[in-house]
Amino acid sequence: MRPERIAAIVGVAESDLGLTPGKTALQLQAQAAKAALEDAGLEKSDVDALFTAGNWSWSPNLMLAEYLGIQPKYTDGTNIGGSSFEAHVGHALAGIEAGRFDVALIAYGSTQRSDRSRNRPIAEATLAEQYERPYGLPTPVGAYALAAMRHMHQYGTTSEQLAEIAVATRKWAAMNEKAMMRDPITIEDVLNSRWIAEPLHLLDCCLVTDGGGAVVVASARRARNARKKPVWVLGHGETHTHYSITNMPDLTLTGAVQSGRAALEMAGVTRDEIDVVEIYDSFTITVLLTLEALGFCQPGEGGAFVSGQRTAPGGPFPLNTNGGGLSYCHPGMYGIFLLIEATRQVRGECGPRQVPDAKIALAHGTGGVLSSSATVILGRES
Amino acid sequence: MADHIPFPVADGDSRPFWEGIAQHKLLIQRCENCQRHIFYPRSLCPYCFSDTLSWVEASGKGTIYSYTVVHQAYGPFAAQVPFVVAIVELAEGVRMMTRIAGAGPASVRIGMPVRVVFEQADENVTLPYFQLAEE
Repeated sequence: MRPERIAAIVGVAESDLGLTPGKTALQLQAQAAKAALEDAGLEKSDVDALFTAGNWSWSPNLMLAEYLGIQPKYTDGTNIGGSSFEAHVGHALAGIEAGRFDVALIAYGSTQRSDRSRNRPIAEATLAEQYERPYGLPTPVGAYALAAMRHMHQYGTTSEQLAEIAVATRKWAAMNEKAMMRDPITIEDVLNSRWIAEPLHLLDCCLVTDGGGAVVVASARRARNARKKPVWVLGHGETHTHYSITNMPDLTLTGAVQSGRAALEMAGVTRDEIDVVEIYDSFTITVLLTLEALGFCQPGEGGAFVSGQRTAPGGPFPLNTNGGGLSYCHPGMYGIFLLIEATRQVRGECGPRQVPDAKIALAHGTGGVLSSSATVILGRES
Repeated sequence: MADHIPFPVADGDSRPFWEGIAQHKLLIQRCENCQRHIFYPRSLCPYCFSDTLSWVEASGKGTIYSYTVVHQAYGPFAAQVPFVVAIVELAEGVRMMTRIAGAGPASVRIGMPVRVVFEQADENVTLPYFQLAEE
């Protein structure tokens, strides 16, 4: 493991999740930010860097900072979709290493479910979107369906294998009282749920919820005085490979190849040393492609890797232990919740769903239409 | 709420492409420096960064790289389900999104040969669709 201790996650929190009628994206972020700073034992006045991403303002950084009463000396509004917050952790690590700030607040909030803001028709398609939008592919699900179909064609991956992921993830959700969908499902339930875009069924798709979250990253100096033991940022890697699904170089191979390799290298850990894995699960295929790209199995072996409920509670590969975007919550940009759960697992705070003695966690975000990849490796002193 | 499909707005890169489509010609770019074909249209080559690009008429032949059968769609597309959206790889090596026209969703497979047809997709929009071709 990397010997230097530069920055750590010292506070995490969710806001209200699920359906939050009457709440705004700002209220959810304020609620999560306050709780995360309490978790860290820090004050708002300690925050000197702000990271956020969202689609609710032309500049979420400006509006959120104004609302919270923060005038940061470092600000980063990197928006590469759902993986933005894994990128933010990496950028915070770099900024702290460069001595630019000590305490970063990363926040996200969305009321997309209450707003019914998804899939609104648009009148015009401009720039790189003019070559796709007129064909009516529902995004993002249609793009992921194209990738799933190609993977099935190339490797013989089956709908049953994709369903294994949804079923295992639901088992984890059953142990998380904050999860929205907790009733057990079977592989048949997934296969019998209606088609959204073949080969993806309804139960291959993540939830559409409201919700927010916040993560506090602090320098080693500040982290050692935090209320809880620091969860060190050991490694980070990021990339993006395309904007539109037609321009993905290979529909079966994501940028997690590059981001995962970079993160593992920086962390100085091997895949075998990772105790718990939190992978962006916008769709079941997202998980399967990411497992392959991160090198937990070979390309084409993802279907076999997840079969027999290997990723379920009690299985050899604990994955998406909060119930994931598939069953816990998914307010549009899910990446912040990967960090929250990975941190709690490394701290040992997860109660019935705690992975025994988890020391090292990997969180991997995917944004856009398999467009962006960002990997973070977290760990504690053993 | 728009009741027509998203209208592709021709711009400084795409105008020759859409003018070609209106005349039932599938025009793509080729880089004069590295000789690779390019789609979608750009002002410089994404491979070698040369800005000397020319327009060529594509053969209109290709194969299905991937596809999906859409069962849940929105706005103007909602009434069209189920329909097939595909990514086609042209003989020239570039890929484009399209619809597979004139075939039932169940008969479509990855790898099938296809050729371009020009479809009046909306009152004001002609789009390049593809249909299954004989080998």
